[in-house]
Amino acid sequence: MSAVPKPKQPLRMMIVDDSNVMRRRIERSQQNDQLEVVGTAVNGLDAVTKFKQLMPDVMTLDLTMPEMDGIECVEHVIKIKPDVLILVVSALADKATAVEAIEKGANGFLCKPFTDDQLNEALAELIGE
Amino acid sequence: MLDTEEVRTFVQGTVHFFETATGHPATVGSPYLCIDKAAVVQDYAGVIGISGNREGKVYFTAPRGMLSVMLMCMNETDTGEQNVRDLVGEVANTISGNARRDFGRNFIISTPTICDRTNAATAAATTGRSFIIPINWRSYSANVVVCLQ
Repeated sequence: MSAVPKPKQPLRMMIVDDSNVMRRRIERSQQNDQLEVVGTAVNGLDAVTKFKQLMPDVMTLDLTMPEMDGIECVEHVIKIKPDVLILVVSALADKATAVEAIEKGANGFLCKPFTDDQLNEALAELIGE
Repeated sequence: MLDTEEVRTFVQGTVHFFETATGHPATVGSPYLCIDKAAVVQDYAGVIGISGNREGKVYFTAPRGMLSVMLMCMNETDTGEQNVRDLVGEVANTISGNARRDFGRNFIISTPTICDRTNAATAAATTGRSFIIPINWRSYSANVVVCLQ
């Protein structure tokens, strides 16, 4: 008798944005059954604190936030968990900002505003589906 | 002082925001100049301070009813005060951030300051020349105001 394959655990995802509307939008719109939202944070400082507790596998991250911005947050969380997958979700549409985020350790960039399909495509690409 | 091409950046950013975020297109009226007086502020305004290679502010102002309907179009069920204020800031942030595609990364944007009719005069006050971009979305009217040195 062949062994029944064990169901794959979903990846744990954290959403970081200073906008409550945006946090809720991302949580509501993401349809990927490989992802489970385990926490949210309202700025980079809050994200680093919660990251240490939750140790997520995936993170969506805004850049323009009070207290600590997204670029600085990337530098912190990469030190805590180098293999975390980070999708920057930002309105900052210039190429230099996207390049800087990727160089610091982010894995993808989605420009606001976005549709639900664009969000789900970006997340699928992030986790290598 | 903003030139015509630069105003076009904000017009295009505004049109793109409504089409993409709400699924309903907005029409934009002819931008016009407002000199040395505070521009009209509706029920709420999200104000973004600009620094770096330009100085000034960009703000989006809209009536409460419009913001509530925008939230509903985004499938948001909570159309309470906090989310309405949050949305008006997010619209301003997105339109300003998208402008970096043309203005470059030294067009530095602040996090949004949210005002309503009680404190709008101070927060949204501009000096010099402001361009006012009228927006019509569904049955509502709003404005994007751009004041850059």
